[in-house]
Amino acid sequence: MPRADPAVDVREGHAAVDAACRLEWPRLVAALTRLVGDIGLAEDLAQDALVAAVQEWPRDGVPPRPGAWLMVTARHRALDRLRRDRALAAKYALLGADLLRGVTEDVLEPDPSIGDDRLRMIFTACHPVLAPAARVALTLRLVGGLTVEEIARTYLVPPSTIAQRIVRAKRTIATERIPYVVPEGPELAYRLDSVLDVVCLIFTEGYAASAGDRWLRLDLVEEGLRLARVLARLLPDQPEVHGLAALLELQASRVGARSTPDTPVVLLGDQDRSAWDQLLIRRGFLALHRAHALTTELGRPAGRFALQAAIAAEHAVARSAEHTNWPRLATLYAILAERYPSPIVQLNRAVGVAMADGPAAGLALVEDLAGTGDVDGYYLLHAVRGDLLDRVGRRDEALAEFERAAGLTANLTEQQLLRDRIARCRAVGADGLPSGRDGR
Amino acid sequence: MVQSPAGAIDPDVDDEELASGMAALLEEMAQAGVLLDAAGLRPVDEAVRVNLARGEQTVVNGPFAESKEFVGGYCLLQARAMDEAVHWATRFLALHRGDWAMSMEIRQLDAPS
Repeated sequence: MPRADPAVDVREGHAAVDAACRLEWPRLVAALTRLVGDIGLAEDLAQDALVAAVQEWPRDGVPPRPGAWLMVTARHRALDRLRRDRALAAKYALLGADLLRGVTEDVLEPDPSIGDDRLRMIFTACHPVLAPAARVALTLRLVGGLTVEEIARTYLVPPSTIAQRIVRAKRTIATERIPYVVPEGPELAYRLDSVLDVVCLIFTEGYAASAGDRWLRLDLVEEGLRLARVLARLLPDQPEVHGLAALLELQASRVGARSTPDTPVVLLGDQDRSAWDQLLIRRGFLALHRAHALTTELGRPAGRFALQAAIAAEHAVARSAEHTNWPRLATLYAILAERYPSPIVQLNRAVGVAMADGPAAGLALVEDLAGTGDVDGYYLLHAVRGDLLDRVGRRDEALAEFERAAGLTANLTEQQLLRDRIARCRAVGADGLPSGRDGR
Repeated sequence: MVQSPAGAIDPDVDDEELASGMAALLEEMAQAGVLLDAAGLRPVDEAVRVNLARGEQTVVNGPFAESKEFVGGYCLLQARAMDEAVHWATRFLALHRGDWAMSMEIRQLDAPS
């Protein structure tokens, strides 16, 4: 490692230290949590090590392996603190800390368990005992390494809300004595489900923001994608991890086409497909193939994310909306609806069927779904119903549905989209323009 | 992009420490979820240059007499910000001990944002 050139701009030196610290922080906390058995304490020790880094690195340069340096330093500092502070020493003893077994230089060697530590943290942060909002905040903080302020800005809430959510979640983990382990056997399946849901939730909030004036929140899209890629690397034998990665890569490939400076929302059917990111599509297909190969090897049916990825892949290979294999899409949705029934899937299935067999066939499915009353407050149900009613020529009913949908979404862009549609619907005669599609 | 002065890299020298360090770093980048793609390029002596000067094209086979900087490989990363990309570049260069002289140029993909 070339030592920092004294001529180097001091601010640049600080930027390098900041970046190194930010990137290393989640791994450091994950490893320290294993040693001391408590996330809060691990964060304190990590903070000590970072303070040392901020003092020494601008002078000596960032070490070649900053993670190992921070780990050794954190252990040294912890021991210093223990010698000085008896109360703290008692706390460590209670927690069964491993720290007193002496700091050896072996932590400088490549640590194969470092990936395991990150997995332990992921499974802990996404533990089903925590509320979904707490899982999301904790995952972004402890796995993604975002600051409380960054998370708050992203979710458009005050930082104190996020801080409180994280504090409570950490307390719950401590009081419920959630073991800091990667679950095994039958437990792994449902715990992994929770992890994948959290990552999907983060991505989806970015991909179609439920609130705020933007439809797309690229920061959350990228965090979700990054987490999915991390998981795919750390759990390479789990088909659904690759299924989720495939789904998110394929969805993200369309980000550049979903929104243009003139049109804040471009629906799938109207997107400029040459603007789809081919690298992400390739990565998506590779992940989908991996998921498929693994399920075949394990003799399992395709999982819910792999099925959704297969649907996204159908769109990715179609050279235009008209050339989309809608019957195959309708079939994939039917399989998804049968294995993983949910109103959203039913709704998407109805859209596929409408494209394959005509709006009347799709509308029949939507009416069935609306009849259950389960999703009455869901704006997309009314948006899709309105679209299909419009297309079968029942314009007054369509208008009422669009109005209803506009009143149900808090996202300003989606409200605008619906209002535009209402205006178009009013302006156009019964034999008017073909209506918009929503195939996402 | 990794840039080195011509002749600075001898492709026939096996540096096992460098190779294993590189593999470990690439794995770390993959585990961090930032590495999208990476590749090394064959030595510039094997390159062919197609030049254009005022409408006139010439094709020149390597090795080339003049020693300019050339691109030896690339990593495609999806980082949150430039300082993260700089961090990974620093880590990459730090693997090259001894007399290495090279630079990494970090360029952003030109994509609509």
